[in-house]
Amino acid sequence: MIEVDNIHKSFGDAHILKGVSTTFHKGQTNLIIGQSGSGKTVFLKCLLGLHSPEEGTISYDGKAYSKLNTDERRNLRQEMGMVFQGSALFDSMTVEGNVRFPLEMFTKQAKSEMQDRIDFVLKRVNLVDAHHKYPSEISGGMQKRVAIARAIVMNPKYLFCDEPNSGLDPKTAIVIDNLIQEITEEYEITTVINTHDMNSVMEIGKKIIFLKDGLKAWEGTNKDIFRTDNEAVTNFVYSSDLFKKVRQMYLEERN
Amino acid sequence: MNYVASIGSYAIMIKEVFKKPTKWRIMKSLILKEIDELIFGSLGILIFISFFIGAVVAIQTALNITSELIPKNLVGFATRQSIILEFAPTFCSIIMAGKVGSYITSSIGTMRVTEQIDALEVMGVNALNYLVFPKIVALLMYPFIIAVSMFVGILGGWVAATFGGHSTSADFTEGLTLDFIPFHVTYAFIKTLVFAFILATIPSFHGFYLKGGALDVGKASTTSFIWTSIVIVILNGILTQLLLG
Repeated sequence: MIEVDNIHKSFGDAHILKGVSTTFHKGQTNLIIGQSGSGKTVFLKCLLGLHSPEEGTISYDGKAYSKLNTDERRNLRQEMGMVFQGSALFDSMTVEGNVRFPLEMFTKQAKSEMQDRIDFVLKRVNLVDAHHKYPSEISGGMQKRVAIARAIVMNPKYLFCDEPNSGLDPKTAIVIDNLIQEITEEYEITTVINTHDMNSVMEIGKKIIFLKDGLKAWEGTNKDIFRTDNEAVTNFVYSSDLFKKVRQMYLEERN
Repeated sequence: MNYVASIGSYAIMIKEVFKKPTKWRIMKSLILKEIDELIFGSLGILIFISFFIGAVVAIQTALNITSELIPKNLVGFATRQSIILEFAPTFCSIIMAGKVGSYITSSIGTMRVTEQIDALEVMGVNALNYLVFPKIVALLMYPFIIAVSMFVGILGGWVAATFGGHSTSADFTEGLTLDFIPFHVTYAFIKTLVFAFILATIPSFHGFYLKGGALDVGKASTTSFIWTSIVIVILNGILTQLLLG
């Protein structure tokens, strides 16, 4: 579980996060949504420890990040997995090398044990024939799956995804969404996803927080989002005619 | 004010680079990879340039000896002094600032813009130590290629002087040994080691702290070349005064 309490973050004169508080529970996919410039990426980077908030606390299973020493922070980071927007695979390494990297770096596993784990996670993300290919030789969807495999190879307690569907076709995006949700539920991971993708919101948004101008403007589930009267949320989520119709149909069905 | 902040960031970077590596076994393989890339990968171009520069120094010296009173062994003497004191350690380092420096800046800079450095940091890896320390260690072998450059430069001078009819082989060889001060070689290698550190760290600094996209990687490579060259030239002046002055 990750508890965020009143965090503030500024860059120079720009006050990006203006006191955001929320709780992300384990075993569920938590989504952060909001317009570009709303502070989503800064918020995610604060959760990852890449940015330090000026005010407020972020606690991981009761441990406040700001109170941890360097070694404790490093250990905590080994419990985190991250899927970056552009996958961020090491392009000098093969698919297998990318997945092997955290294991080699942080464990003392024997080679055979390591290989078994790599084979297992690559199979889990449905990548069985790409072990020896380089990131530049595989598709964007496959790169995302390698990034997920690398993120979960150390059995993380916390999984963060920054726009995991960006640049993917709708079908592959659904595959990636389902994969993240399955892994989250299967391994009881606290997953936080930063997304613009409304399909993801509807499909896997067990908890959604909506950021606007650095503040949490709304919080709820993918079911609540159909019912909400919050103007900022409806303007953002139902900006397309398709989603307006989906909402209308949902509400009519309920009535 | 920006320059002061940059110097401060550079000092903080150096401190981070020398922190204990996450795993020595991985570090060893990275060092060997960097030796191959930075040292052996630069050998060809330095041999090529050194040979011709040595040849040109010999020819220019010979063509400028107009007085019969000046001994012919001056060609060998001047070639040796130019190559050992300045060309091999300093001029080659400026060439390396272009060759190795731009490679370091662009490779680390690309890792920055494609979030690969963020990925390392999120995993808990000391990214500066992981990326920069192997380059510093690999460039400890830099005096080796400078020694090769000295040898090839003098060889180039001998070939040009003797086969070009500017000097006899005996005169040239006599000039090479004339008033030889062994400390000059030590001085050259001290400079080389200092320049090696600069060659590894300044381009890494420009790559690591890069902000922006692909275009900025190109700009950072150019800036890194300029600053590496400037620092090398300034340190060359200071070290020469300190060691020979």
